Amino acid sequence: MTLATETTGTKASNEVVRGAFDLDWRDLIRTGAILAAGLVFLSLTGMPEGLDSRVLIDPFLSLGYVSLFWLPLIVGWSVANEKVLEGMAATRKSARDVVAGGVVGAVGGAGLSLLIALISTFDIRDPLVNWNESTQAFLSFQQGTSFGIVACIALCAGLGAFGASLHLMPRKVRRAVVSALLAVVAVAIFESFLVDVADPLSFLYSKTGGLIPLWAVMVGVAALAFTLLGGGDRIGKARSNYQTLTGPAKAKQDTILIVLSVLALIIIPMITGKITQELLANVGIFLLLALGLNIVVGLAGILDLGYVAFFAVGGYTTAVLTSPNRGPDWPEWFPTMPWWGAFLVTLLMAGLVGLFIGAPVIRMRGDYLAIVTLGFGEIIRILFLSDWLNGYFNGAQGITNIPPADFGLFEVKGTDPRSVFYLVLVFAAISIYVSWRLERSRLGRAWMAVREDESVAEAMGINTVNVKLMAFVVGAVLASFAGSVFSAKVGSIFPTSFLILVSIIILVIVIVGGMGNIVGIIVGSVVLVGILGGPKQPGLLAEFSEYKLLIYGALLIWMMLQRPEGLVPNARRSRELHQDEFLQDAWLKGKVDDADENGNGAENGDVAPGLAGGAS
Amino acid sequence: MSHLLEIDSLSVTFGGLHALKDLDFHVDEGEIVGVIGPNGAGKTTFFNMISGMVTPTSGDIRFEGESLVGFDPNQVTQRGIARTFQNVRLFANMTILENVMVSQHCRTKQGIWGSLLNTSGFRKEEQEIREHAEKVLGFFGSRLVGFRLEQPASVLSYANRRRLEIARAMATSPKLILLDEPVAGMNPKESVELTELIGKLRSEWGFTIVLIEHDMNVVRDVSDRVVCLDHGETLAQGSFEEVSNDPAVIEAYLGRPLEKKA
Amino acid sequence: MTTATRVKGAGRTNVDRFLTLLRVFLIGLIVIGLLAFIWQQIDPGNPFARWTHDGEAANRLTADQFQGLVVTGLSQGAMYGLIALGYSMVYGVLGFINFAHGEVFMVAAFTGFIMANKLDDAGYWEGGSFIPAVLFTVLICTLVATLTAVVMERVAYRPLRGSPRLIPLITSIGVSFFIQNAVILLFGPGAKSYPSNPDWLGEKRTFLQLEGTKILVIVVAAISMAGLWYFVERTKTGKAMRAVAEDKEIASLMGINVDRTIVTTFAVGGAMAGIAGILWGLLFRSVIATTGFLPGIKAFTAAVVGGVGNLGGAMAGGVSLGSAEALAPLVLLEPLGVDGVSQLRDAVAFTLLILVLLVKPTGLFGERLSSEDRA
Repeated sequence: MTLATETTGTKASNEVVRGAFDLDWRDLIRTGAILAAGLVFLSLTGMPEGLDSRVLIDPFLSLGYVSLFWLPLIVGWSVANEKVLEGMAATRKSARDVVAGGVVGAVGGAGLSLLIALISTFDIRDPLVNWNESTQAFLSFQQGTSFGIVACIALCAGLGAFGASLHLMPRKVRRAVVSALLAVVAVAIFESFLVDVADPLSFLYSKTGGLIPLWAVMVGVAALAFTLLGGGDRIGKARSNYQTLTGPAKAKQDTILIVLSVLALIIIPMITGKITQELLANVGIFLLLALGLNIVVGLAGILDLGYVAFFAVGGYTTAVLTSPNRGPDWPEWFPTMPWWGAFLVTLLMAGLVGLFIGAPVIRMRGDYLAIVTLGFGEIIRILFLSDWLNGYFNGAQGITNIPPADFGLFEVKGTDPRSVFYLVLVFAAISIYVSWRLERSRLGRAWMAVREDESVAEAMGINTVNVKLMAFVVGAVLASFAGSVFSAKVGSIFPTSFLILVSIIILVIVIVGGMGNIVGIIVGSVVLVGILGGPKQPGLLAEFSEYKLLIYGALLIWMMLQRPEGLVPNARRSRELHQDEFLQDAWLKGKVDDADENGNGAENGDVAPGLAGGAS
Repeated sequence: MSHLLEIDSLSVTFGGLHALKDLDFHVDEGEIVGVIGPNGAGKTTFFNMISGMVTPTSGDIRFEGESLVGFDPNQVTQRGIARTFQNVRLFANMTILENVMVSQHCRTKQGIWGSLLNTSGFRKEEQEIREHAEKVLGFFGSRLVGFRLEQPASVLSYANRRRLEIARAMATSPKLILLDEPVAGMNPKESVELTELIGKLRSEWGFTIVLIEHDMNVVRDVSDRVVCLDHGETLAQGSFEEVSNDPAVIEAYLGRPLEKKA
Repeated sequence: MTTATRVKGAGRTNVDRFLTLLRVFLIGLIVIGLLAFIWQQIDPGNPFARWTHDGEAANRLTADQFQGLVVTGLSQGAMYGLIALGYSMVYGVLGFINFAHGEVFMVAAFTGFIMANKLDDAGYWEGGSFIPAVLFTVLICTLVATLTAVVMERVAYRPLRGSPRLIPLITSIGVSFFIQNAVILLFGPGAKSYPSNPDWLGEKRTFLQLEGTKILVIVVAAISMAGLWYFVERTKTGKAMRAVAEDKEIASLMGINVDRTIVTTFAVGGAMAGIAGILWGLLFRSVIATTGFLPGIKAFTAAVVGGVGNLGGAMAGGVSLGSAEALAPLVLLEPLGVDGVSQLRDAVAFTLLILVLLVKPTGLFGERLSSEDRA
């Protein structure tokens, strides 16, 4: 292998041709074994079988099979996705890759087959709850064990080979195929949402749920045709055009985009049913929380794991000030006020609690701070729950009968999720504005400096303690928006709404979306809370509710390992995370400015412009 | 007349090790003082102590008559002492312009409300910060301005990073700048050029300067006065010629002459 | 330098003043609580006790109760200490908090549950075969825990070496989340019960009338600690670990296989958590998927209290934390008239963490970290 590289490495084509079976077998078997472990693990979690009842294409395909067999497809793709190093020869994509994908898939499938066989021979249902006939039947496609054993190997091998063969297709075809597949799956998965938004679309689906096969094919063909005819290219072009815009032209485009999206957001809830409105309201609440945490984590670089504390304080303050059912120990003179009055007090309270929690932790090392804030988050919840303060917060019974937020013209209450959504929309707009303005201000620059190197920031005259406290307070106030709306929405408030879990999920949203990037945060909350669901709130894929926490965990690990900058990266942040690679690339492209070593300075201006955009 | 910076019998110990011992030192307004000494002589600790990053065990540091002991680094910078670092420490992922803008933090005051409401005061101050930053960067010729302004500091060459560090220190509008090995890693041509610039820092910008440097040509060319440290103590003080001919200094650098070894 | 103690009053900011106030408040609370407790022990009907208890006399704590609290505290503390060792070692070597370490402990407790039940079904979990059965279970638990920790390192942490400090911490939160929910899905939600221990283990014995299980916990913890101390201080691998903790680059130049040493660190930490897991099972006889979370955080607290990177400190920190948690509600809070004090145990633990970090950020026994981690 190395020989081939050496002899042909510098040839013009820079590609090596190798025989179909000239493979690194040990590596393949190892990857296959990992795939097998993954497949067996997934089967034993019960997720695929649990999702089997959700039909995607009536009667052929269920979400359960998709949730299991995406794995060999992706692994097959990545096996063939050889990393090409600069200056090294690449191997020409050929049948060899398909063989590799097939082999890995087959090994993985053999793992499943083994599982099928073992379930019939051993009974270890006692610890493993999903070690049972229904898992076995699911894996055997309800056709009996021997069929299942063969079918699993064949199917996985086929999928692996297919995943690998994607590399062989011309770029355009590949994109068309992938988008056709994704389109079919997406249209099938979002059945309830699509029907809810546009009832006429229900002709696509069968009565028992799932796409009608004919329409599935049509959707696929439509997506295929759209991509082949250059639809995707045009979108891509428009995007890159937009990204190169600067100055007033960009500002104009931005305004148009913002106006359009706001209009869309105002109109959508009017035409959808309650379920979607509820969903949007939930997404909005988590968006508010994530925007606040983004200031703390994304801009100032403080990992606050007890962020839920501010949410709780916001919720409880509003509840105590508005509900007639607050604890009996509050003094007589303690006021009850309408929601908007309570909201203003809540902001103040959250700011104060932000200061109070922030002050002791702000001088600590970053990782200690994380654990201590987590401790504070727990302490606050424990206090709300305790007998000690039972007279004020009713302990586990919580505070109920919180009146709706009355704005005279309309009321915001839980039974009318649309009103909640509009209120959330207003607050989200405020939060986005706040984040956007602050990022580009003196304070925002100081936050970035603190994130980059705290002791240097200190030496450059930045009062790091004050600046970080400010981040804490702003974050706390933004979280209290969410708390206030939450208590008006739900109408009652319990300590169990404020578990550490909530903090972690908000953190996942911020990280998956992209730290320090407002668009990323929006994408993150829509994708995670909207599709998978919040800690207690169901998402679009309500079927996933049992499994979503596992997915959150896996997603967090995967993001950190593969794409720490998030789905929508912030150019600055991704530079920080990929600094080595970035510098290497820059060197290879001759873009790093070593040109002025000879004293010419920036006269060699031709080498450098555009570099700032080159990091992603 | 009192000195700009005055240091009285300053000591610091790290776990029994005397990093600095009874050091006396002073700088007058408008002076350029070179601090030399072999590696490990305590020069950087000396800077860390002035800038508040290390708290002295005993002794006093007075700047314009006010004691600095117990101040946080930002409070020291606020009072007019800026510094650079020996191992260049820029905010690598912030742009060059931002690096310089952010260090004007302690000279500006617009807070959250200004930026949220986009008040005229806020816009005016942002404009001033930017103009000042560009002026400071312009001091180094065309190297750090123009298209470079919006580039991340991490793409700069080593010499330019050093320049940017100095620019960042200048932007804090200090009275006294502490330069920690400003020409380390530069080629001879660049260091000659930077030596001139250090002179201009005083003549054009009115800064008082203390610099640590190993390059004796630079020290000779810019310093009014040279202080040699060794093992945390002042070995010699005076003009470059006096210090460089001082037998104790020569010994500290080169070791004891062979024949004198008993 | 951000934690530098101030020599003079110069440069004090409002934050400093607030922190001083907070320190004084917390320490004052402890002192007043203790005094109130002592007074209440001498005279339950004293005016202060009447005032805090709405005019009624307070309850005096009997010697038996007090001793019970101390022993509970010690045995729990010993477990915290064992888990804390893993945190401390990993922090010492890699400089990050392995948030998922608590899950290693939980996995061990779960394995223990499975083993114990299987052995019980086969009739080994009683009588004379109990001791060998427990030893066998300990062995398996330790193995599984070690394996979990090693796989964790290989999959999630090794690729991240050298990335910004908070990245591995966030990853470990993901790992923790993942393992917790994987266990829920694989083994079902809900608490799992260990089979009951033989009667002779539960009996109160020796001159202090201690419960056998608690003695067992304390003894096993002490033996493990001694073994670990020998391993780290006296063996070649231990020396390599200390070298890697000090400076990875130099250590590798000295011919130490850094990767392998880091794996060993995780393995040893995992083994300690494994022992703690089975002890937990014997003591509380119940385990759920979230069992690892709170003890994990508290063990980290113990590591900080004792001084991170300091193994003796971790154990001592664990014992102090365990005792504080067991005693403080009744000894400090109850005399002050707080209701439902036992609910506040976790809050006490976290408050202790905050107090220690405020008063002595390097822990009670001093931390041992390489210079880069101290920054």
